[in-house]
Amino acid sequence: MKILTFFSLFSTFLSANSINVEENAGQFFSSGHTNNWAVLVCTSRFWFNYRHVANTLSVYRSVKRLGIPDSHIVLMLADDMACNHRNPKPATVFSHKNMELNVYGDDVEVDYRGYEVTVENFLRVLTGRLPPSTPRSKRLLSDDRSNILIYLTGHGGNGFLKFQDSEEISNVELADAFEQMWQKRRYNELLFIIDTCQGASMYERFYSPNLMALASSQVGEDSLSHQPDLAIGVHLMDRYTFYLLEFLEDIHPASKANMKDLFKVCPKSQCVSTPGHRTDLFLRDPGSALITDFFGSVRKVEITMETINLTDLIKEAEQNPMNEKPQKVTYSYVDQLPVSEIIHQKPKQKDWHPPDGFILGLWTLILLVFFKTYGIKHLKHIF
Amino acid sequence: MGLLSDPNRRRALISLLTRLNAPICVVCYMAGVAWFMGLAFEPFTLRTYMSENAMGSTMVEERFPAGERALATGREFSAHKKKVGGMPVDWLVKTMQARGLEVFTQRFSRTLPFPDENKERYLVKGTNVYGILRAPRAPRTEALVLSAPCTPGDNNNQAVGLLLGLAQYFRNQVYWAKDIIFLVNEHDLIGMQAWLEGYHHTNTTGMDWSPLQGRGGSIQAALSLELSSDVITSLDLVLEGLNGQLPNLDLANLFYAFCQKIGVLCTIQGKLQRNDWDSVSGYSHSVQTMMLMVMKQASGRPWGDHGLFLRYHIEAATIKGINSFRQYKSDTTTIGRLLEGMYRKLNNLLERLHQSYFFYLMPSLSHFVSIGYYMPVIDYILLLICALDLWVQLATPPPRTEDGVADTEQMSSPGVLSVLTPLVISHLTGVEVAVEHFPVSETEAVVLTAIAIYTAGLALPHNTHRLLSGEGTEQGWKVLKLVAVLYLAVLLGCTALINFSLGFILALTLVPVAAFVTPHVPKILSAFILVILSPACTLLFSVFFFQELQEMPVSFIDGWMLFLSVISQGILDHSLYGSLVYPLIALLVYPCWLLFWNILFWK
Repeated sequence: MKILTFFSLFSTFLSANSINVEENAGQFFSSGHTNNWAVLVCTSRFWFNYRHVANTLSVYRSVKRLGIPDSHIVLMLADDMACNHRNPKPATVFSHKNMELNVYGDDVEVDYRGYEVTVENFLRVLTGRLPPSTPRSKRLLSDDRSNILIYLTGHGGNGFLKFQDSEEISNVELADAFEQMWQKRRYNELLFIIDTCQGASMYERFYSPNLMALASSQVGEDSLSHQPDLAIGVHLMDRYTFYLLEFLEDIHPASKANMKDLFKVCPKSQCVSTPGHRTDLFLRDPGSALITDFFGSVRKVEITMETINLTDLIKEAEQNPMNEKPQKVTYSYVDQLPVSEIIHQKPKQKDWHPPDGFILGLWTLILLVFFKTYGIKHLKHIF
Repeated sequence: MGLLSDPNRRRALISLLTRLNAPICVVCYMAGVAWFMGLAFEPFTLRTYMSENAMGSTMVEERFPAGERALATGREFSAHKKKVGGMPVDWLVKTMQARGLEVFTQRFSRTLPFPDENKERYLVKGTNVYGILRAPRAPRTEALVLSAPCTPGDNNNQAVGLLLGLAQYFRNQVYWAKDIIFLVNEHDLIGMQAWLEGYHHTNTTGMDWSPLQGRGGSIQAALSLELSSDVITSLDLVLEGLNGQLPNLDLANLFYAFCQKIGVLCTIQGKLQRNDWDSVSGYSHSVQTMMLMVMKQASGRPWGDHGLFLRYHIEAATIKGINSFRQYKSDTTTIGRLLEGMYRKLNNLLERLHQSYFFYLMPSLSHFVSIGYYMPVIDYILLLICALDLWVQLATPPPRTEDGVADTEQMSSPGVLSVLTPLVISHLTGVEVAVEHFPVSETEAVVLTAIAIYTAGLALPHNTHRLLSGEGTEQGWKVLKLVAVLYLAVLLGCTALINFSLGFILALTLVPVAAFVTPHVPKILSAFILVILSPACTLLFSVFFFQELQEMPVSFIDGWMLFLSVISQGILDHSLYGSLVYPLIALLVYPCWLLFWNILFWK
């Protein structure tokens, strides 16, 4: 009897453990993403835009340090500052004055360089519509479980970002590109950071889900540069990215800092401009999103000696009856264009114009009266 | 009905114009002059600012250390200059090669049309020496020029020394994106003209020069250095170039920004800046500075070696070191640092300087008046001419057909003939311009001949009447005045566009002439006034005024000699560098004035 009780207890214990592991397996993918990508773009050329290249390279450095490999980073630099003739320290790009930190090390891999950084190429990278001959290093091969970090810097204005001094990308185009990415399931969650003047205007038009956006300044404000280096003769970094870099230097792959800390980077006292962020399209609570969800490539590894039977559907953690109701699988889209308003209603006119025929009739009347009073022969005074 | 096509309205306008003609003229003229005087008033001017994005602010670290060595080199240069008795070409070539430059020389020679008494030269032969510092990593498409003239005597040795010192320092840097050409030119402007012509493969002035063996790409900017003392108290910036052309204002802004950063006293026209613009003396100080710039620009001659670069669309300025009696002195290292900073900033340029103004006046180094603000001056004065022109046109009653055709013929023919004769006279004067064909070789002879022909033109009216077939009618002089006023308006308008200062000074004197001259004013008095306001006398007065402005007033005899030398320099400038002031005055302004002289003596 005792042996039977012992065996039954033992088997119950074993089965209970196995049930636990299977449940844990369900919780394994709770954050939703399995791989990380980064698209880092610097859009300005010329020597006096040194700081934009330095911005991009410092974000590249942080992202690489936290684990994202070069194969998962698409780095676009519009000009070559390290080998510019005017660089007194060739083959270096510094981000701190007195040449403390060289962000152009010897393992920088630039995927799009010089004149290849165009609006068209950027949008093709995002949407995946590249010609078949494009090498893997130039493609964003993300899937529906990828978290993507997109960082843009350069000169911008209200609703646009200038590429290469000759073309612009508008906020509407960007929003549409993200919508294409969403419909093709090219991302799980996307963090968009922009460091330009009036950067907040670039994320105003987003309408796809799971987007979180940060910008260095509001509409009507300029983003300022941080510090000049007199030996090199240019400004080295922009303020927002400088403080972002300092914040990221404290992050390591195991850190639990979340997005709320990122929103606090560079307050107005340090940045002079007011950084902004947008989280209404993000379905999770920003406090539950870790910095390393986007900036690093952190793999969850759990060691177990059990074999897990994965023939059953992996149940998501939220389906536990102890928690609230199951989450819906279908996604709803925000209306991009108010189509119903256009078709079924007349557009509201701001100012009232008289009907068209009225003005024509009025002029005819004036001419008739004129000719009646003065006679036709006065036509010659007009011509 | 339109304003001008309604006969009633038109008659009303005509009567208004004829009644108020004199007040309108006076008001326009006064408005023009008052606007000009107001330009120097500081609240009406703008502060200078850097317009070129690529140059940025003065964000550069200057580290030039070798001021003393530069002075030593200057002393060596002076010793060799004395030994050779001219330009020490071999020593310069050797020194530049020792500093790692690619050195080339250029010979040139020129025979002046007549001896130049100011600089005492007639048959000019010389050599230019220049060294090119190749940018270590850049393609050889663009260049910057630093030049120092080699003058006889004890002048400018320190400039050449500093040039060589900077060459050595620049050679050790890796950040040059453009080639830098270090040029030492002989016989200042003549040598510079030869070098520029050789560099750009043009030959506009008939000089003889050997082709350049080495070249550096298109020149983006140039600075010319004049430094004659070991320590200086201030640096003067000279901007006026050939034909009154000015470099881009960004060059002056760059200089001013660096002066402020390094802490050197900087002046323009040799006058120090004052802060008390609301006091009378402060205001008159800015007016004087601006008038000096106007006079220098109107003379059409290059006031530094940089003046010849401007014709090739190269922004250039001359920096002069001045050593006066002040306590705070700056040494050569400081000047070297200032030049280093300027060149580093010019190095950052991506295209030629074009963002700032090309036409401006500077009442002080930190304030400027752009063309948009000073053009109304000429507009007001020309408005006066339009008023006059309309008045003359309308005062001439329209030819009525019942009078017969003979009247109109009589009206037009005196006009045409009387215009022809002054033009013949002006061509005779214009022959003076082509003085190569004159067998005279004495400066005084040439100048006095020019003045003699000028004065002979005064006798013209008596001859004109003998040439005319018919009697001069009442309408004849009106037609002539119409033609003369139109001619003057077009002439002044075009001159003011190219060289505002020249147009303004001519307008100041010639427009009152145009306004009041008719055959009916008292002859002796108006003849006297007309002579006073003629171009030659304007020049004479300008000479005296210029000397007053520079605080070196001259006596009458000295002034007269200066006046003669100004005329000879004008002729020489035209034949040597292509200055247009002398031909303009001789061929166009003087005949215009002669037309008015004709009107005065119309019978």
